[in-house]
Amino acid sequence: MKMKQISQILAVTALLAISGAAVAASATMDKIKSSGAVTMGVRESSIPMSYTTGDSRFDGYHVEVCRMILNDIKNKLGMSTLRINYQPVTSQNRVPLVQNGTVDIECGTTTNNSNRAKDVGFANTLYVEEVRIAVKANSGINSISQLAGKKIATTTGTTSVQLLRKHEKANGVNFDEVFGKDHADSFLLLESGRADAFVMDGSILAGNIANSKNPKDYKIVGEVLSTEPIAIMVPKNDPEFKAAVNAAIAKIVADGKMPALWDKWFLKPIPPKNIVVGLELSPATKNAWANLNDKPAEDYAQKK
Amino acid sequence: MALDLGVFCKSTLDGEVVDHCFSSLFGLGQNADPSYLDWLMTAWGWTLAVAGLGLTIALIVGTVMGTLRTLPDTGRGSRMLVRFATAWVELFRNIPVLVQVFLWYHVIPAFIVPLKLLPSYWLVSIALGFYTSARIAEQVRAGIQSLPSGQRAAATALGLTTTQTYRYIILPMALRIVIPPLTSESMNAVKNSSVAFAVSVPELTLFAMQAQEETSHGVEIYLAVTALYALSAFGVNRVMALIEKRSRIPGFIVSNDAAAH
Repeated sequence: MKMKQISQILAVTALLAISGAAVAASATMDKIKSSGAVTMGVRESSIPMSYTTGDSRFDGYHVEVCRMILNDIKNKLGMSTLRINYQPVTSQNRVPLVQNGTVDIECGTTTNNSNRAKDVGFANTLYVEEVRIAVKANSGINSISQLAGKKIATTTGTTSVQLLRKHEKANGVNFDEVFGKDHADSFLLLESGRADAFVMDGSILAGNIANSKNPKDYKIVGEVLSTEPIAIMVPKNDPEFKAAVNAAIAKIVADGKMPALWDKWFLKPIPPKNIVVGLELSPATKNAWANLNDKPAEDYAQKK
Repeated sequence: MALDLGVFCKSTLDGEVVDHCFSSLFGLGQNADPSYLDWLMTAWGWTLAVAGLGLTIALIVGTVMGTLRTLPDTGRGSRMLVRFATAWVELFRNIPVLVQVFLWYHVIPAFIVPLKLLPSYWLVSIALGFYTSARIAEQVRAGIQSLPSGQRAAATALGLTTTQTYRYIILPMALRIVIPPLTSESMNAVKNSSVAFAVSVPELTLFAMQAQEETSHGVEIYLAVTALYALSAFGVNRVMALIEKRSRIPGFIVSNDAAAH
């Protein structure tokens, strides 16, 4: 496959660079230094993690963190200016684009799992996603156990579909699943009463509720169905670059900047429409900040 | 790249290889948890069910509407019917099929509340059926209008009523003429049934989108789905070819086969 060949070539070049140069230089950092520019992979509409605020400007929790990281790397390389090019990516192309070097650092909503870790590297986790249940505020539903036999909306092409299936099997219950073709569609199913609940990543639920006509009509309830680390993605065969990114992350966390960042993106009005996502800081995310690590999602599942 | 078809033998719950991969297809073994192959077959069943119901609705409604559009002007009643059928065709062929599916699923039940109780399978089949019926109606009208005007005149001269004229003279000829374009339309119904994924019918397209995410084997999944769509459409094609052959009246309509003899 082409991708593999490219990554092999990259690997070889990286190895040559490492063995050839007297100092252990990183291919990505060399490129950044010689070109004076870096390419950041961003998402179009992953509010509030990474999204466009219009006019090809991008912002969000992860995007701001990445700008801090790149600023740190800029200082480390002794550069006076560093141009950041934003490259919008999708769920389908984000891994190949990091693999082939089009994107130097991806700041979106990528789950760190061992399958992807074969192709790309992940920086230390700064956000842990929890799969939750959104219901209408007046429905009286407070737990997944009350959902047996009820209609549950979820989005086609997400891990939540499989999660529900496993839950049905493990607990001997039966859900009547309805599938939205995207998150907005799934939320519409809940809004129009075609579904009693919407099971999805907490930030997506919060974002959709914040964007709805009447956010007070909905609430996020119940136990956490699954936890997944969402991490910044970097090229795989460049440990020096990953180390530099992790060092910058450690510095940001040590400076105590994370709680303010969380407030800014998850609890306060955010551009461009001044909506409030309203997602409280979870213990899992707090724990990730306290013990910086790049464990894949599989390790989170075993903990439970 | 190498294809890993073993993905179809894996369980949809834990990703382990199941005990009865192919034998469960023929009822010889029962898997504890369904494999991706089992799921693929269920999804294919949904595709065929949507296409089948949609096509049935389309053929019945389309034939009626196409016939109504050709009614002779015999008074106010017939003019109303012609106008109604024309409006039907224009309405349903001027809106994209995916939009129609959403209309039937989200918009119309908001006004006609009992429709909310109807499963999405029925709603999407109605949407697909009405959309296809507009196209079939035009083909039926073309078939009827391609007949020499002498046929209708002769029927009238024999003293047949309008209903009798259509029943015994015009439709038997016209419907035979339009079998080839109807074949295309029927095959389209199979392919268009993929829009059902948008309203939560667990058919092949929904399977493809979900299973490729779960297994990371998009190429194998999409190849299998492509093969099943092609097979279904080809099956419809063969059935229609059989109908065309069986219903042929020697000397009336010269088909390619007959011309070759």
